[in-house]
Amino acid sequence: MRHLLSTRDLTRDDAIAILDVAEDMAQVAGREVKKLPALRGKTVVNLFFEDSTRTRISFEAAAKRLSADVINFSAKGSSVSKGESLKDTAQTLAAIGADAVVVRHGASGAPRVLADGGWIDAGIVNAGDGTHEHPTQALLDAFTIRRRLHGGLSRGRGLDGVSVAIVGDVLHSRVARSNIWLLTSLGATVRLVAPPTLLPVGIDDWPVEVSYDLDESLHLGQTVVMMLRIQTERMHAAFFPNAREYSRRWGLDDRRLAALGEDTIVMHPGPMNRGLEISSTAADSPGSTVREQVTNGVAVRMAVLYLLLSGGVQS
Amino acid sequence: MPAHPVLQQADIARALTRIAHEILESNRGPSGLVLLGIPSRGVPLAKRLAEQLNEISHADVPWGSLDVTLYRDDLARNRTRTPSPTLLPPGGIDDAVVVLVDDVLYSGRTIRAALDALVDVGRPRAVRLAVLVDRGHRELPIRPDFVGKNLPSARDERVNVNLEELDGEDSVTIGSEGTRA
Repeated sequence: MRHLLSTRDLTRDDAIAILDVAEDMAQVAGREVKKLPALRGKTVVNLFFEDSTRTRISFEAAAKRLSADVINFSAKGSSVSKGESLKDTAQTLAAIGADAVVVRHGASGAPRVLADGGWIDAGIVNAGDGTHEHPTQALLDAFTIRRRLHGGLSRGRGLDGVSVAIVGDVLHSRVARSNIWLLTSLGATVRLVAPPTLLPVGIDDWPVEVSYDLDESLHLGQTVVMMLRIQTERMHAAFFPNAREYSRRWGLDDRRLAALGEDTIVMHPGPMNRGLEISSTAADSPGSTVREQVTNGVAVRMAVLYLLLSGGVQS
Repeated sequence: MPAHPVLQQADIARALTRIAHEILESNRGPSGLVLLGIPSRGVPLAKRLAEQLNEISHADVPWGSLDVTLYRDDLARNRTRTPSPTLLPPGGIDDAVVVLVDDVLYSGRTIRAALDALVDVGRPRAVRLAVLVDRGHRELPIRPDFVGKNLPSARDERVNVNLEELDGEDSVTIGSEGTRA
């Protein structure tokens, strides 16, 4: 694997291979010495043009557990605020000798530009680009679902027969897009549930079912209910009348939580707007994997960095 | 040159029985022993050795697997290797006499990696090394404690170990590079 830009590039076998390596990486977290020497002497740059808590810390922990050196870069307080271009930033990182660049950018496609631009030879990992993709989040979601369903027997398995409802702000969500491609190639069925205003144009050829009605969709019985964050920072128009109405029609509130099957997995990529798309009770319920997702994120990102950075001969 | 057989099924069984006796003799019984196989072919060998030990000494010797992939010194040079699971027995390896088990001992680099991997999962009282085949050409100061067969070989030859559990039959063959029995 040279870069990880989109889950669309991953075949079922690729995805299962990454998740299986992540199983091995997850073992390390349970040990006294939480460190592996696999990426000694490699430099990983976290290049973050957008704010992030979880993803940046997660990538940093992942790189450090593999003994790589980590350089954190956030656009605030850097020369980007003086007007430096992506190209010049990339060339600076190349000159420093970065082996991998983990990039988050507000513009969809920025990681692809870095990968194809010829400015830098490093492996590029997309850590979220605009409203396009967030592949490691989808991988950790798939990993979390697989572990909840199969526990210690997860290795080698896909997600066949699993039904996933992705609920909320699909329009602005790169997490939703990455999950749609990944979960369906792993054999799951995906149903998008959102107000019509928060569904993107042109999803007719996406491999998903679409519904505007959350209660009806939950009534069908879903293995997984994945709530998306209402992304107020990307909303420059009125997509729904007000928060209360959104919450009543598309939020996972206490009433809907009580109606869910006992084994239903409740997911949220974070950060959560408690009381808006998900109630506090739902977020902290036994079915909720919110914190597991964060834990698993480190293992999945270790797997991705390892597969990207080891191997002199690229396969 | 086609690969020619060096050990047959009965030879492998005999070698493992002898190693089991040697382990018990040097350890003065089965107490404190833990066998750890190095994936992939060391793992079934460790399991078989544990069964032999249990049969001879009526003990319950714990065994497991120790993956060394992420500790190798050639990760940056070769193709990406996929790690295998490390499965330690429930009692762990602290203060145990760990016997590392592998199929072929060659440069010694795998064992070097295994020693590094071992200290990250616990602190054994002692570490021993059992191999089915020692083909020579060591590149590091590492020496096995228990050997099934010493097999002098040329560097460009290839030693194949086949085991029932993974390959459908028990055999050890030697041939020129690239031939696989």
